[in-house]
Amino acid sequence: MIATAAFYVFAAVLLGSAALVVSARNPVHSVLFLILAFFNAAGLFLLAGAEFLAMILVIVYVGAVAVLFLFVVMMLDIDFTRMREGIQRYAPVGATVGVILLVELASVFGSWQLLPQSASLRGAVAPGAVSNTAALGDLLYTHNVLLFQLAGLVLLVAMIGAIVLTLRARKASRRQDISRQVAQRVEDTLVLVKVGLGAAVTEAEFQRPLPEPAVAAAEPHGGGHGHGGTHAAEVR
Amino acid sequence: MTEFLATPIGTLILLVLETLAILVPLLVFVAYATWAERKVLGAMHLRKGPNVVGLFGLLQPFADALKMLMKETIIPAGANRALFLLAPVITFVLAMIAWAVVPVNDGWAVAKINVGVLYLFAISSLGVYGVIIAGWASNSKYAFLGAMRSAAQMVSYEVSIGFVMVSVLLCVGSLNLNDIVLAQRHVWFVIPLLPMFLVFFISGLAETNRSPFDLPEGESEIVAGFFVEYSSLAFGLFFLGEYANMFLMSAMTTILFLGGWLAPFGVEPFTWLPGPIWFLLKVFACMFVFIWVRGTLPRYRYDQLMRLGWKVFLPLSLFWLVLTAGVLMATGWVPRT
Repeated sequence: MIATAAFYVFAAVLLGSAALVVSARNPVHSVLFLILAFFNAAGLFLLAGAEFLAMILVIVYVGAVAVLFLFVVMMLDIDFTRMREGIQRYAPVGATVGVILLVELASVFGSWQLLPQSASLRGAVAPGAVSNTAALGDLLYTHNVLLFQLAGLVLLVAMIGAIVLTLRARKASRRQDISRQVAQRVEDTLVLVKVGLGAAVTEAEFQRPLPEPAVAAAEPHGGGHGHGGTHAAEVR
Repeated sequence: MTEFLATPIGTLILLVLETLAILVPLLVFVAYATWAERKVLGAMHLRKGPNVVGLFGLLQPFADALKMLMKETIIPAGANRALFLLAPVITFVLAMIAWAVVPVNDGWAVAKINVGVLYLFAISSLGVYGVIIAGWASNSKYAFLGAMRSAAQMVSYEVSIGFVMVSVLLCVGSLNLNDIVLAQRHVWFVIPLLPMFLVFFISGLAETNRSPFDLPEGESEIVAGFFVEYSSLAFGLFFLGEYANMFLMSAMTTILFLGGWLAPFGVEPFTWLPGPIWFLLKVFACMFVFIWVRGTLPRYRYDQLMRLGWKVFLPLSLFWLVLTAGVLMATGWVPRT
């Protein structure tokens, strides 16, 4: 009975927060509702007995992905009123795509046929006495290891692609090179001279070499670096 | 009596009592951790530390709590009210709920779940939300800078913590915290996995925003970082949350590496003390190191912090993970469950 009540609570909050993700005015609120939705999904996994999946969902999506997402949304200065302008124009296209997907899903599930014996397996995530972490590990690392490795490889390629696309060498950055610092000797930076009476020291190259002239930044740095422009707008 | 405890209401009462049995001592320890920190730091600075309120200043935490309660809760005009008040609550609640799975003795945990380590990891990775939300909702430059620093820092160090946990799990063959401690009956994991222990502890310092990685607070450059706008009880919740998180990190170190409630070597004079006492002693030792480090090391620069996390700890923990797996396979010590 408690499990049923918990299911309905989790499901209701999940759907409600998912709706709010799309409709919230403030992007930061959207992300926070998304996090709430993840939590409730994890709760549903727990109710189904998939404890490992529930924890992984929280760790990966809430603990890492959503943090970075929130980070970016807070840093960006998105003018959401302008983003909303086109919503009426694009709504029919979005609705059409949604309806097509819904029809496809319905046709798949409509032709789904269940064996009479399968009813007893419902809700049993792992077979018998095996804990579902062990069952998942067995499935992923023993039986489908090649597919699993392939999925990892695809992710690796995507990651390298993202880095290649966004990496640009910044000449002007004064990075700390620890090995160079450690290898430096006194003679490299300092010259001790004895100055005689009335004489002058001509050699003056003991100072640190100046950094190379900074390459002028190519992209214009517009104003609006303050965080949460939308946030301030909301307060107003 | 036992029939009553089996009914839903009885179970509920039992659950509430179990929760109180872990939270009340925890909060007392947290209160006295603030006192102990000031005493220890005082001793390191050749000062006396708090010594006015009560004998040896022992009532100082209560005086502080009273002071905190009497102050006015200030909410900045530009702040996002709901999120501003939500952030300290998140920090505090997360620091508390993690204790549900911590075993203080053989089987003494409120929730004996199979994926205990993952639960602890998940909860500790959520701690960053209280910080980010506080920084953003304050609508203040310093608070926001602190929050951004903290987000980057906590996400970076979480990765190495994850690898350290996996290498411990490889040696145990179970995600259950109880099993992890019992697997250390012969030798505590701190000995075979010493580098991992160091990586874990240092990452723990970064994860709890403690010195030398307390850049999110950075009182000399960004005033007090993410909680600069907070006062009164809201600040108090952050404060308690930070110390509770330190206790949690110490407890995790104890469980993963220092043999939990097990007595050292498992021989006569040590086994006279009961398990929970050993657990507490180990946790207190870790807490002392937390304070010791704060009294000793200067704060890291931000790029050095990131370098340490990504370029030193991450490759090291990954290498040690592969090495552990290789040794276990080669020697046939892979635990079978």
